[in-house]
Amino acid sequence: MPVYMSTVRTLMEPNGNGLMADEESKICSEIESLEAEKAQIDLRISALRAQLNSCNSNSNSVRKEESDVTNSGDLRPTGVSSNGQLSADMVYRYSRHLLLPSFGVEAQANLLTSSVLVIGAGGLGSPALLYLTACGVGRVGIVDHDVVELNNLQRQIIHNEANIGRSKVESAAAACRAINSTVQIVEHKEAFRTSNALEIMSKYDIVIDATDNVPSRYMINDCCVVLGKPLISGAALGLEGQLTVYNYNGGPCYRCLFPTPPPTTACQRCSDSGVLGVVPGVIGCLQALEAIKVAAAVGEPLSGRMLLLDALSARIRVVKIRGRSLQCEACGENATMTAQQFRYFDYEKFTQSPLSTSPLKLNLLPEDARITSEEYNERVVKGEAHVLVDVRPAHHCKIVSLPNSINIPLGSLEGRLSEISASLEREGGNKSVDASQGASLYVICRRGNDSQRAVEYLHKMGFTSAKDIIGGLESWAHDVDPKFPTY
Amino acid sequence: MESLSQTIRPGAVNFKSGIPNNNFIEEVLLCANLKLLAMQLTLEFGGGLELLCNSLKIHKVNVDPQDGEKLTMKHLLAWVRTNLIKERPEMFMKGDSVRPGVLVLINDCDWELSEQLDTVLEEDDVVVFISTLHGG
Ligand SMILES: [Zn+2]
Repeated sequence: MPVYMSTVRTLMEPNGNGLMADEESKICSEIESLEAEKAQIDLRISALRAQLNSCNSNSNSVRKEESDVTNSGDLRPTGVSSNGQLSADMVYRYSRHLLLPSFGVEAQANLLTSSVLVIGAGGLGSPALLYLTACGVGRVGIVDHDVVELNNLQRQIIHNEANIGRSKVESAAAACRAINSTVQIVEHKEAFRTSNALEIMSKYDIVIDATDNVPSRYMINDCCVVLGKPLISGAALGLEGQLTVYNYNGGPCYRCLFPTPPPTTACQRCSDSGVLGVVPGVIGCLQALEAIKVAAAVGEPLSGRMLLLDALSARIRVVKIRGRSLQCEACGENATMTAQQFRYFDYEKFTQSPLSTSPLKLNLLPEDARITSEEYNERVVKGEAHVLVDVRPAHHCKIVSLPNSINIPLGSLEGRLSEISASLEREGGNKSVDASQGASLYVICRRGNDSQRAVEYLHKMGFTSAKDIIGGLESWAHDVDPKFPTY
Repeated sequence: MESLSQTIRPGAVNFKSGIPNNNFIEEVLLCANLKLLAMQLTLEFGGGLELLCNSLKIHKVNVDPQDGEKLTMKHLLAWVRTNLIKERPEMFMKGDSVRPGVLVLINDCDWELSEQLDTVLEEDDVVVFISTLHGG
């Protein structure tokens, strides 16, 4: 028990001058710390009683938990009593918060009794989780189903090399616990789905959307509306970021702003378009900041406004957005979104895009218009006369490409067909093959989707022998040359 | 007229002759004409929409009002589609409005707070088109 610790500390302190005054202050401070500890024990007892009660009247219904939001029975953060008194350890740990006139003991006590759910332990979730834990939110929940990969570490700063291959939730939870062992970290090692969303979210006061896809954003929004939780929403891509607070204090929800999902072609992913690591870092930090403001009840949360970050030009603009829409299908006057409806809503169908981040696998071509990367390798080794067209964007080819490939990005294929004809002629003449056959034409890209689109087009334009290399450079790296860089 | 010509700024130039101007009125009329003809606006594209217009984010443009006096957002959108969007117009527009997932901000305010397509633009307005992001 810390009681002994403080006694030991008292005994070990060197005696100074003015023995009486020194003794007195020591006694006073010990009384103070014992009293704080007593309050803590009382709290723990009442928390356990509450827990006992909730075990007895085992209620899983959403309605019940909804009305119970601020009084989550099984959580009682250590170090804060019901009248808002902080323990000595808490005073010391959060002293820089307590010194802030606009924050102070009251706001810190609010934080310590609040709970935040972070959905996604990636680029946005990483800094958000670190700050929420460090600042003393009472309970922090982490939802993710992914594992840590090397190409995450450039931006997902909560993870480290030693945790590659491990679940992101476990990795993030370990990092959080190392920073602040007094915060209760709850691990949800599963995908956030309509089947588990209500149950998970109902145990928290505030939700942070740190996901990376459209269906998840609609699903999280609707769940927040059903359960009445404020939603701190952030997004980042390339060199831009966006941030706002939804469903807070009569403000708009995500559907008020975006009643209709965008076309799938407008939904770029970081794994395709790239992202500068620090950009989600900045937005994730701001998400933590907004969650802290809501939890601590200080300041003006970013509701009804949106922050737009343009990292390249170092510009941040905060714009005024519409209020709650009466026609909104989630939160409007005639909205029908209930817990029951939510459970059966098909978000993948609604947004026409998958919840999982697994890349698209097209199958556009007949079998004889495709070859595997291994077959292609065999033909190269045999010395077959051929032309290899790489249809990735030029900046992709700067990362890595196969030797002797010509880069003609899919978008500019139409205008550069003559280059392909010229190369085919040159290759057909150069190599000693029967002249009747000529050189063959292969098309490659990163994963084997764009190469199929290109071959489809080339067939139409008379290059009937064009073949695509199945699975693109990824399969080349996987099946032929394990040292070939993937990205 | 006489008194106006005495207030002429040093260095003012007669646009027609290119020599220092002694007739201030002419310049004033010329400016007024320009204003009637074209309205200067700043258009900004973000969240990936800039890729549709040569990867340029900020465009300072002069747009003629449709009936000689008013310029509405509806007219501006049509103008943008014709003059700035270089590829995949369906990524910017749907019907005569913007596609779902695009926020339109007029002087840093959501156009839902004004008259959307019927909003009348004024000289030097800043109109931002931003595609919502989903990455994380
Ligand atoms: Zn709404």
